[in-house]
Amino acid sequence: MSPNTGGSMLYRDQILDALKGHEADYIEIRLEESEASGIQYRGRELEDLSRSTSLGGNARALVKGGWGFISFNDPGNLGDKVGLAVKQARLVGKDVTRFAPTAPIVDFVEAMVGKDPSSLPLAEKKRLLDEYNEVIWSTPKIETSIVGYSDRRRKVIFANSEGSYIEQKNADLSLRIVAVARDEGDVQQAGLSVGSRGDFTQIEGLHERVRETAQRAVELLSAPKVKGGEYWVVLDPVLAGVFAHEAFGHLSEADFTYENERLREIMVLGRRFGGEHLNIVDDATIPGLRGSYKYDDEGVPATRTYLIKEGVLVGRLHSRETAATMKEPTTGNARAVSYRYPPIVRMTNTFIEPQRVSFEEMIGGIKEGIYVRNWYGGMTSIEMFTFSAGEAHMIRHGKLAELLRPVVLTGNIFTTLKNIDAIGNDLEMNQGGGCGKGGQYPLPVSNGSPHIRIQRCLIGGK
Amino acid sequence: MEEILSLAKKSAQEAEVFLTSFEETPVIFEANRLKQLHTRQGISVALRIVREGRIGFSTTTRLDDKVSLVNRAIEVSQFGTAARFELPYQQVYPQLEIYDPKIEALTIEQMIALGESLIAKVRGHTPALLCDARITKGIVSVRILNSRGGEAGYRRSLFGIGLEGNLIRDTDMLFVGDSDSSCHPIGDIAKVAGSVVNLLELAKRQALISSGRLPVVFTPRGVASAFIAPLALAFNGRVVWQGASPLGDKREVKVFDERLSLWDDATVTYHPRSRPCDDEGVPSQSTPLIEHGVVKGFLYDLQTAGLAGVQSTGNGDRGRGGLPIPSISNLIFKTGAVSFEDMVGDLKEGLVVEQLMGAEQTNVLGGEFSGNVLLGYKVEKGEIVGRVKDTVVSGNIYQVLSKLIEIGREARWVEGAIFTPAFCCSNLTIASKG
Repeated sequence: MSPNTGGSMLYRDQILDALKGHEADYIEIRLEESEASGIQYRGRELEDLSRSTSLGGNARALVKGGWGFISFNDPGNLGDKVGLAVKQARLVGKDVTRFAPTAPIVDFVEAMVGKDPSSLPLAEKKRLLDEYNEVIWSTPKIETSIVGYSDRRRKVIFANSEGSYIEQKNADLSLRIVAVARDEGDVQQAGLSVGSRGDFTQIEGLHERVRETAQRAVELLSAPKVKGGEYWVVLDPVLAGVFAHEAFGHLSEADFTYENERLREIMVLGRRFGGEHLNIVDDATIPGLRGSYKYDDEGVPATRTYLIKEGVLVGRLHSRETAATMKEPTTGNARAVSYRYPPIVRMTNTFIEPQRVSFEEMIGGIKEGIYVRNWYGGMTSIEMFTFSAGEAHMIRHGKLAELLRPVVLTGNIFTTLKNIDAIGNDLEMNQGGGCGKGGQYPLPVSNGSPHIRIQRCLIGGK
Repeated sequence: MEEILSLAKKSAQEAEVFLTSFEETPVIFEANRLKQLHTRQGISVALRIVREGRIGFSTTTRLDDKVSLVNRAIEVSQFGTAARFELPYQQVYPQLEIYDPKIEALTIEQMIALGESLIAKVRGHTPALLCDARITKGIVSVRILNSRGGEAGYRRSLFGIGLEGNLIRDTDMLFVGDSDSSCHPIGDIAKVAGSVVNLLELAKRQALISSGRLPVVFTPRGVASAFIAPLALAFNGRVVWQGASPLGDKREVKVFDERLSLWDDATVTYHPRSRPCDDEGVPSQSTPLIEHGVVKGFLYDLQTAGLAGVQSTGNGDRGRGGLPIPSISNLIFKTGAVSFEDMVGDLKEGLVVEQLMGAEQTNVLGGEFSGNVLLGYKVEKGEIVGRVKDTVVSGNIYQVLSKLIEIGREARWVEGAIFTPAFCCSNLTIASKG
């Protein structure tokens, strides 16, 4: 990225020129400059070390409800590219345009400054990863390790035919550490994922957590598999956050709903999905979280949106098109993972609000159940979803018992949220990982929750 | 490219420039209607150097950025890993047909008409189905130059057709879909439409299944959603070299059912993942991985092959935009002897899995899979009796694939990369709310 504003001013004139003289209901241009670095170890061997720069952009046009979109690396002849997007939109548009009005905005947003990874020498980043790798390798019975680090600094210029012109700078970094233990043909792994909105200090000082991760991989070798079936489960804040994201967050994204009459009937505002203690929020305005921003990729200001309040569906996440179609307020949730894609409705920072139940009370009432922690991943098909735990312990007679092999949990939107019977007092946000949808991956998001308890959750097993 | 190469050669012993460009045009239907037209154009250059024995690497999309591209690669090489390979001299590449000029002549209007007829055909069976569809055409060009005089390149056309439909009855949601791809234009929608209609037909009724152990038939798409992630890792030469593959020390050992054979082949004519050479300019080949249940080989790029003391199998892949790593091209299973009907017909009680959701989000390195049956059917007395829901199927490929009941005789491509028949597996663990 060129830090001087001279480059941007040059683009600004070209962009404003290119937006003129086309017949469309709406046009926008997005240009993105980025600089990234990546370091990956497999075992003690450095597998990948690279630095990259990129420049690219896109133009998107809306005519009578149809979209044209063109993405490119060469920003020359911008006016012609806009013309092509308009021509495509005309070919598609046969209906009426529904697009929520928003006030034009002109703004220049600087990145929040922590310890900026792009100003750090590669040697310093590598030194930290070397230390973590050494921690893993100093753990007995460890076969190997995988350490992957990446950071990216971006400047995104957005302008539309309504007079908005916004420049936003941001940075994102992520670290994934996997320890692999092996006993003959049995291979077990344990992982740790952390991320930050561009502040390198967030991934420093994790040596103890890396050590625990490596030890867990070794312990898993002698852990038994759980028997499949329905159990009472207690989720730690990390996995409960993944649960909130998969179980309800995706269903709240209005692009699944806005053109689907039957889903609109099911997802009608006011419908009860959980008990009165359940509140789920998506909030892009919290400073310093990975899903935070000032404006989304349609130039709409970020908001805090209650999805579920006291167990009842009260809101959902919108782009300008889905908001207009459903006659609901815009929420600023149209996001694109890069210039190669148009923005689609996405989550930002999604979490379950804390209540009052302590962890001891939560497990105290369970005769036989499972305590699940950390995540491998999660997926949803709207109605049914899965989320998998990196670590699991039996709960017997109100106490934590033996370690189990990782488990995959599955739920159904119409029953599982209602089965949450206890919500803890210890909200934590998880900044690791990224979200994928419609081929756009990994989008920086965060999610969180306090500990929660679910009655009768289905678990795969032996 | 030549300019970057000669610039890099001034400060490095070896250098390689990889340039790829693409143009892709998807026609996108949402909720049964044409909704978006996209054109994606892109170009990127990657420079790999070996300087004082160490690898340096950088990439850019800015072709005006040659000097800083070289400088960044030099900076990186100070910390880079030791190079264990020599870039290939000029090679002889397989003559491979992967470009069809008809793709370029195809008009947007023709693609729109194809999508409309696909949706109409499927909704002719189930009018309430809400369909998203995508018709895509594209051209990819690759060119590789290196400091040993090696030079390779190719142009590949691609065409894709896919449909996903959802049907909602009260609070019951059914998701069905399929796709097909080729380097030729696909003019006939019958294959994809027929497959989706078949899924709709089978899912008309619902059935309950109880927790326990049952035989499970994985359809070709079921195979792809359950077994491929752990297999792709286990046969990855890098994972083997690292000591993390359960198969690493099993070469020439019988690990799988004797009817199971599997190979990787990047030379399948007119196939979207085929290519005359990999991303390092190593000629493509067919590599046996399993022959009659015996582990035969693993997949290598140059660096990993150098570390392991073997030859590259031409599987160097820059999928993530970084340095090449070994990766599958087309995975092909040998077909068996039994038709799908007979396979199901022989089951007293069992489950057919068309798609497992989230199956790879567990310890795939250890061969585990565990997923929600997003689409699957209960079998009773040799007949499919209805769709099952809220059910998890779990297993470990090293147990499941060591003793199969049957392998299907019909095979098909899934996700453009896997050619597989159906597998009937014994004794899988099923957990269900049923």
